[in-house]
Amino acid sequence: MANKHVNAVVIGAGAGGGVVAKELATAGLSVVLFERGRWHTFDEHGDDELTSQRTFPLKCGYGPDSEHNWRMAPDGSGGWKKVFPNDWSYGNNAGCVGSGTVTYGAMAWRFQPDDFHLKTKYGAVPGSTLDDWPITYNDLEPYYEKAEYEMGVSGDPTNDPYVPPRKNPYPMPGFSFNREGNILEKAAIRLGMHPFPIPMLRNSVPYNGRPACIRMRTCVGYACPVGAKAGTQNTVIPVALKTGNCELRINCMVSEIIVDDKGRAKGVKYFDSQNKLQEQSSDLVVVSASASETARLLLNSKSKLFPNGAGNNNGWVGKNIQDHAYTGAYGLFEDEVYDDVGPGACIAVNDFNHRFPDIIGGGVLCNEFIRMPYQFSGIRPSGSKGWGKDHKDFQKHNFKRHIAIHGPVQEMPKFEKMVEVDPVVKDFWGIPVARISGLRHDNDIKVGHFMADKAEKWLKEAGAISTWQAVPGKESTPSQHQAGTCRMGNDPKTSVTNRYGQLHEIDNIFIADGSLHVNNGGYNPALTILTLGYWVGGHIAEQWKGTKMR
Amino acid sequence: MIKKTFSRREFTRLFTGGTAAVLISFNTACRNKISRWRYLDEEEIGLLDTIVEQIIPTDNYPGGKWANVSNFIDKQLDSYYKKYQTEYREGLAAFQKTVIQIKGKKFEELSFPEQTEILENMENGDFTGEYWKDHRSPAFFDLIRQHTMQGFYGSPLHGGNREYTSYHMLGLDYPNVIGQNRYTDLSWRKYNPKSPENGK
Repeated sequence: MANKHVNAVVIGAGAGGGVVAKELATAGLSVVLFERGRWHTFDEHGDDELTSQRTFPLKCGYGPDSEHNWRMAPDGSGGWKKVFPNDWSYGNNAGCVGSGTVTYGAMAWRFQPDDFHLKTKYGAVPGSTLDDWPITYNDLEPYYEKAEYEMGVSGDPTNDPYVPPRKNPYPMPGFSFNREGNILEKAAIRLGMHPFPIPMLRNSVPYNGRPACIRMRTCVGYACPVGAKAGTQNTVIPVALKTGNCELRINCMVSEIIVDDKGRAKGVKYFDSQNKLQEQSSDLVVVSASASETARLLLNSKSKLFPNGAGNNNGWVGKNIQDHAYTGAYGLFEDEVYDDVGPGACIAVNDFNHRFPDIIGGGVLCNEFIRMPYQFSGIRPSGSKGWGKDHKDFQKHNFKRHIAIHGPVQEMPKFEKMVEVDPVVKDFWGIPVARISGLRHDNDIKVGHFMADKAEKWLKEAGAISTWQAVPGKESTPSQHQAGTCRMGNDPKTSVTNRYGQLHEIDNIFIADGSLHVNNGGYNPALTILTLGYWVGGHIAEQWKGTKMR
Repeated sequence: MIKKTFSRREFTRLFTGGTAAVLISFNTACRNKISRWRYLDEEEIGLLDTIVEQIIPTDNYPGGKWANVSNFIDKQLDSYYKKYQTEYREGLAAFQKTVIQIKGKKFEELSFPEQTEILENMENGDFTGEYWKDHRSPAFFDLIRQHTMQGFYGSPLHGGNREYTSYHMLGLDYPNVIGQNRYTDLSWRKYNPKSPENGK
């Protein structure tokens, strides 16, 4: 039996898609929200480190699974190798209802106003496709606020002189510091920096029918046992479903957007939970499947007018994939600095963001989420012996005596850093798989060293007796912060969508996820992706009132 | 699916007398030995126990052997790590062969410092010999090392980290009852290496 025609198909129930589905359903559109994964709860997974989304040697507990999903990655000698979701070179993001917003650390950063016009501020960067966004911070400010209030963000910017301008305070007070945070706060002030509590998509007080945080040590990489962490699965998606206008179809893998000979989207083909190929027709299609999978779906949607994939006649779909070049330092302390107050990450400084003309971008520096025992076994100064008495002594002595400070350096977009579809290899359903390749820009490494120096200096001031830096190399596998593959822009020759996430070439296909980012900011991108969901979803709902997209 | 109803007598026969025979023939077909392990056999476990005890040695807290790291590896070789089965089977055999060639003894029979030296050589340079032409010994060592870390520090539900021994070692309360046990004194639980229950 054919599926009933709907107004909108939304592909991917993560940060972007969850918000768009809610915006459209509450505006009265009929919506089918597709998700390749299913619902997950904390009880199902517990605090098992080996199957979390943080360290996943056995499997990615929250998906995607290795039985249906794989990709190709460079094998280091010019060829390709097959990789599975729990291989680092796959670059996974949780595949479930809520996606990364179920298991993230929930930092709730607004990008800086400067992040939206990097090219104007710093000039063109050789070897990079760096450009300004077609929208400004001021355009997004009301949508950032909407995301913060509907999802629930705790924060206190009082002590941050570089906070992006905000019209209203955060809906909840900021979190207190744990022992690490208290030690680092005093040191930061002595260094003339401006420490403040990290804004979090996590309840510091009861909010929106969900309780306050219970300070678990296992937070990032795990679902929240009490629902204090806000994800789309416990906020906007339930609202969308309650309208009666939105149907969530889980365990369904969308394989293709159907584009007719006139160049209009007619709906999608998908494999249902029984792996049966089905079609769902719609007036419009919103793709929010993450930067890698959104690009893969467009590239796999070939039609008469778009032989290289939907909206890809200029060849920009899948290009410019970015992540963050995480950089920082570790410090060992004489006394215990660990107090088991989760999630660990609590303190930040914005002092190294856009304040140095020869450092393009920069980023925030924060103390790191709690390093669990298996993860900590891999944290050593270079040259350390990884086993035997040395290993055990280090582990025993330093587990509670170390602090990590890290920050996300935004990667300069590069055209040749990209997602393609593999010409041969297909996944479980027979859909051509994604392959991701390309090296980081030299600037990322330069900024990485700059930031790591600052982090190390901070640790030393805090009393670390031994420190070392961790600066990334040029190899990069965009994973949970992946972005940039369908950038928005005013020029149809050098971008994939317009300022509203609408494909330049097919006006009833929209993108609503990190793919839209022109650059990825010096911050964790979740709040910006949620905000773009409100921006794109709001625009579609507005346009729908007049034209019905026909 | 074929539906068949067993009489009570048939049922009893099938699940008492029959079971042992079925299991024996299954194991004979696979490994020609009866093993209480899932993939590895007693001899391989014995060798692996010695290696994981080197990777995480006993001091005033248990080491890799007591923590059931070999059980973790065996369990994973039968589930998530099926892809490493051949590497373990052939790699462990080739490793033992190499040790016998060099030392004239099995790895388990060497002194602790001699064992350490062998593994340091394995980690830092390639073994020579037929098997090691196509397989790098440092890579095999690192595989076992990684799996040992997982087995020692991961959740006991996967077969290792017996009694959360590594959490006790790190002073990390478990179970983590929020607000209740953050400052619990765990000193009563200190490991005594001389206790008979710890295999000494």
